[in-house]
Amino acid sequence: MKFIDEFRDQALVKDLARRLGALAEGPATIMEVCGTHTMAAARFALKTILPPSVELISGPGCPVCVTAQSDLDAFLALGTEPQVVLVSFGDMLRVPGTHTSLEGLRAQGAAVRVVYSPLDAVELARQTPDKHLGFFGVGFETTMPATALAIQTAAAYGLDNFSVWCVHKTMPAALKALLAGGEARVSGLLCPGHVTTIIGTAAYDFIPAEFGLPCAVTGFEPVDMLLGIESILRQIKEGKACVDNVYTRAVSVPANPRARELLAAVFAPDDASWRGLGVIPGSGVKIRDSYARFDARARFPQVWERLTPPPPSPCRCGEILRGVMRPVECPLFAKGCTPAQPLGPCMVSTEGACAAAYRYER
Amino acid sequence: MKRILLSHGAGGREMTALIDEVFLARYGDPNRVGDDSATVLLGSHRLAFTTDSFVVDPLFFPGGDIGRLAVAGTVNDLLTAAARPLVLSASFIMEEGLEISVLQAIAESMRVTAAEAGVAIVTGDTKVVPKGAADKVFITTAGVGLVLLPGVSGAAARPRDEIILTGSVGDHGTAVLLAREKLLDGEAIMSDAAPLTGLVMNLLEEGCEIHAMRDPTRGGIAAALNEIARQSQVAMEIIEARVPVAPAVAAACEALGLDVFQVANEGKMLIIVAPKDAAKALFIIRRSPYGEAARVIGRVLDAPPGRVTVKTVIGTARLLDPPSGDLLPRIC
Repeated sequence: MKFIDEFRDQALVKDLARRLGALAEGPATIMEVCGTHTMAAARFALKTILPPSVELISGPGCPVCVTAQSDLDAFLALGTEPQVVLVSFGDMLRVPGTHTSLEGLRAQGAAVRVVYSPLDAVELARQTPDKHLGFFGVGFETTMPATALAIQTAAAYGLDNFSVWCVHKTMPAALKALLAGGEARVSGLLCPGHVTTIIGTAAYDFIPAEFGLPCAVTGFEPVDMLLGIESILRQIKEGKACVDNVYTRAVSVPANPRARELLAAVFAPDDASWRGLGVIPGSGVKIRDSYARFDARARFPQVWERLTPPPPSPCRCGEILRGVMRPVECPLFAKGCTPAQPLGPCMVSTEGACAAAYRYER
Repeated sequence: MKRILLSHGAGGREMTALIDEVFLARYGDPNRVGDDSATVLLGSHRLAFTTDSFVVDPLFFPGGDIGRLAVAGTVNDLLTAAARPLVLSASFIMEEGLEISVLQAIAESMRVTAAEAGVAIVTGDTKVVPKGAADKVFITTAGVGLVLLPGVSGAAARPRDEIILTGSVGDHGTAVLLAREKLLDGEAIMSDAAPLTGLVMNLLEEGCEIHAMRDPTRGGIAAALNEIARQSQVAMEIIEARVPVAPAVAAACEALGLDVFQVANEGKMLIIVAPKDAAKALFIIRRSPYGEAARVIGRVLDAPPGRVTVKTVIGTARLLDPPSGDLLPRIC
């Protein structure tokens, strides 16, 4: 595959690994912000070729994982409303809510559909005018434009039976909260390539400016990730910090203006609740009033009102997402919590740090 | 576990647990080995016996249909016991309203596939359920075969054996998924559904020392290799770069976030062979039209028991874990 095979080249990887060895001085903890990075690192066992002093830890970049328990519970409760069909990406299906999961709800007879694109949910709404299609809008800036487009498409069709339970989140505000918290000790960040194609590299400028930490925006193949790590180690060695873009084949400056216009037209900034991080001001979006009839929260206020806060759970996903605990350090890892019987989203999602460690690193 | 979930049908951990807790706990043979076919001694003959149900959606997909799957699937399960497939049964659960022409097309496909596989379909059954109580048609086939080489079993792999894969992986699952979800239009991905009688009979007739065979259907080669490693209490190492994957399948799996090693195949066989016969077996397999792309993809190691690792394309080593959960229901 073009643009993939070249970035999995064994000789190139070996050469980069050697260069990292020469650059690494003191201990360095590098956070890979994005869940896709977490999975790629595990799938290619990248940690086994890094210099021993360099550690790679996962951050809050798995959208399924950071979805708050209360938001998931609310969406599950939406499924008990008459005529409602729940529509979700497949990743969310097995994440345990307080009482059940989407998969469990479906087994009890609720209508749950899995789609690959929010536009499929709009199409389902057109085909079944007697049902209400409720889409779970989960994800960062990469998936947000697709949800925005789905809402605009539904508006263009004049549909009244489609809405979005919007829990979309924006990455920079969460990173700011995480770093300001000071809990996670990191020496640099690998920033998410795909998110950056939408928001641009300037969105991370505050990280070197306010926290003095080097950043590298990078892609998801082994060579991409090693180039990103090399950039961070070089910045550390030279005693400087900036946002370096090593994913130039995808991330251009300025970033995608059409996607940003689309987002601005449909969404307005809002606070968002994150698993493990709590409510972070300005880290989410809400659907603008002009599209209020596609906002499931506005359409079904009773669902939100009758919800009780989730009881305490033994799940430690919050600490994993903050980068203060490694998956194998969790007392539940591979014991009480496995992909077959997950206690938390980090063990379920294909981008979850625990799922990656369970699948590839045990 | 209070209700059946789709995950229970996916060929992964959940299915194994369900079978253990519900069925084997009640009527399982304590000496069972857990292969795709049971074998029973009848006089001086050892017979292989197996059954399989097919619920694929859509009924017709590029490269095959439910009828071809129903015959090939059961034939290939008999072959894993080194048995010559002899006879099949075929039972149909049909939804009220199913077009007879659809059923005729399926039956014709079964005739053609059975002829290719060298088996006779000798008995069957039909049931009709009210509209909505089933989806169009479900087929169950059972098959009997004559074991030609006793002892071939998932529990018989030995350290230093070579692991042969008869062709590319991921074709069937990807083809069905794309056809059902109408994704990536224009990608020419065909199911590999095929009976492998000719390929396996050639190996047996020429006296190759085969220890184990498994058709990597649900759960892909990841599930099949883990099963054999666990049954035989051996470790395995496969070389990622040696596993053939069609470029369109690789691209589709990348785009959809699927692990191609976990995607179903319906016309492939994993063959664990004694090292002395590996080259000979590969040569014989490649003579078959379904084995032209066969490769040695790895080997069996002593320890740790049950552990399967992959040497990745960048030269590192990682675990090859069996799949869990199910994002691809009704693939076969």
